[in-house]
Amino acid sequence: MVRNFFHMYYDGFRSMVVGRTLWKIILIKLFIMFAILKVFFFPNFLATNFDTDAERADHVLKNLTQPAVDNR
Amino acid sequence: MIEQIDLTMVNWARATFALTAMYHWIFVPLTLGLSFLCAFFESIYVRTGNEQWKSLTKFWMTLFGINFAIGVATGIILEFEFGTNWSNYSWMVGDIFGAPLAIEGILAFFLEATFFAVMFFGWNRVSKKFHLFSTWMVAVGSNLSALWILVANGWMQNPIGMKFNPDLARFEMQDFWGLISSPVAISHFVHATSSGFLLASLFVVGISSWYLLKKRHIQFAKRSIAVACVFGLFSSLFVAYTGDEHAFITARTQPMKLAAMEALYDGKTPSGLVAVGLVNADKKPGDDQDAFSFKVEIPGMLSLLAKRSFTGFVPGINDLVFGNAEENLIGVEEKIRRGKLAVAGLGDYKAAKSAGEQLAASNALSLFDQHRDYLGYGYLESAEQAVPPVSTVFYSFRIMVGLGVFFILLFLVYIYLLEKQQLEDKPTILKLGVISLFLGYVAQQAGWVVTEVGRQPWAIQDMLPVTIARSNLDSGTVAVTFFLFLALFTALLIAELRIMTKQISIGPEGD
Repeated sequence: MVRNFFHMYYDGFRSMVVGRTLWKIILIKLFIMFAILKVFFFPNFLATNFDTDAERADHVLKNLTQPAVDNR
Repeated sequence: MIEQIDLTMVNWARATFALTAMYHWIFVPLTLGLSFLCAFFESIYVRTGNEQWKSLTKFWMTLFGINFAIGVATGIILEFEFGTNWSNYSWMVGDIFGAPLAIEGILAFFLEATFFAVMFFGWNRVSKKFHLFSTWMVAVGSNLSALWILVANGWMQNPIGMKFNPDLARFEMQDFWGLISSPVAISHFVHATSSGFLLASLFVVGISSWYLLKKRHIQFAKRSIAVACVFGLFSSLFVAYTGDEHAFITARTQPMKLAAMEALYDGKTPSGLVAVGLVNADKKPGDDQDAFSFKVEIPGMLSLLAKRSFTGFVPGINDLVFGNAEENLIGVEEKIRRGKLAVAGLGDYKAAKSAGEQLAASNALSLFDQHRDYLGYGYLESAEQAVPPVSTVFYSFRIMVGLGVFFILLFLVYIYLLEKQQLEDKPTILKLGVISLFLGYVAQQAGWVVTEVGRQPWAIQDMLPVTIARSNLDSGTVAVTFFLFLALFTALLIAELRIMTKQISIGPEGD
């Protein structure tokens, strides 16, 4: 049964027609998303700027109790 | 015009989120609905043993696969944005959203790794019945997967089952079952998924109509239309029913949104539903201007929709902003006053706790607890800020509802003509069917505009406005990502359209 399932995936991937193009698109998209966008443009603000959860909570509490007047 | 746009960070973050969500929702509803249509088609194949139904199933399954592949992971970008642009919000809701989103991720992974593979690779490798079971599981699983994200969205519209922890600045889950069985979440889920069924039916009808216009794959197209029209008709009726229920719940949980949907400024008993109208864009709460340049109103209908009674009072924007003692409504100005006390209590609690002053901390916490339900209002600078963009919500609502009614009529006409064997001879109707495919997407997007623009200025209803939910970032940084996404999404959309149209022009194999 395991062998059958393996062959289903193996043959399935090998015989793809439209699927080949789709997989290329998926891989390019995931690369752009995770290797470029996430790394260079979407750092986690709180994880990057603060070391502990206590500091993060303090930062958010500060924003809640002394909200910035400007919106930049 | 352009100089009137407020290019602050929060608005760039909103625009980026709206762009991502709207793009994501191009793919999701088609996945939700087309998965069920594939299951219906395959069920007929398994039942009849007719190979033409198998060929038909495989064709629509291929289009389903293309849509799924291009759309997959676009939702993850929303999570990137939470962490970067909306870090305060992200921190505050982490405890609430963690469970639903984790369940969604696990469900999606196991679903896609098993049944999805059988659905695409398993023809002639597993039994007919197991293949059909896999197709059904993909349909059910895809829709269940959507449940969790819609539960999360429903919570933002009506935050229940939680308690705010003033030490950690987090909303903490108190009642998981309360959260997922929230009427807002359930109504969101059934309305959104059934609208996906409707869109997928329009998709099948639109492409099949194109084949009929081109005199290609006629038998295939008529079979596809027959199934899609029945599914589409039931779905569109169900969408109308769930939409009505959704509006009824909105009247209770988000009365300002409902007032904006109707551009209703002064509440009345009974209130009429504006069927068609031209909103006065210069109208402001409390002024003497007319809300409409012209309108056609159905008397008493809004009262029936919102209160289930022809004589029910529906509060207008002015009632909600300035209060209405007769109807026991607190105005936004009073809510702002209470909200500011909650914010002050929270600030004093934080300061007293840091200083180790237990009594002062306890008193401050008591002040906060007394006014915590109005916390979000404490960040508003004026009562008018609690009013969403009325024209946008009003027109989007009418586009959605108008198209919904049109789709019901379209399916009825198609079923009638199909029954009378006259559909192929009606090119105008067929062209309308093709156009309706695109109108289906318009209705989908309009629906989300009503939901999301209508709840502004709140990230979490009454608790957290978007101006506080945001990160402390410069607008320039966020603006760059907006244009990056615009480029990426446009490229992906072009790729999808090219692959999809190529596949459609090839048509079903062996037909």
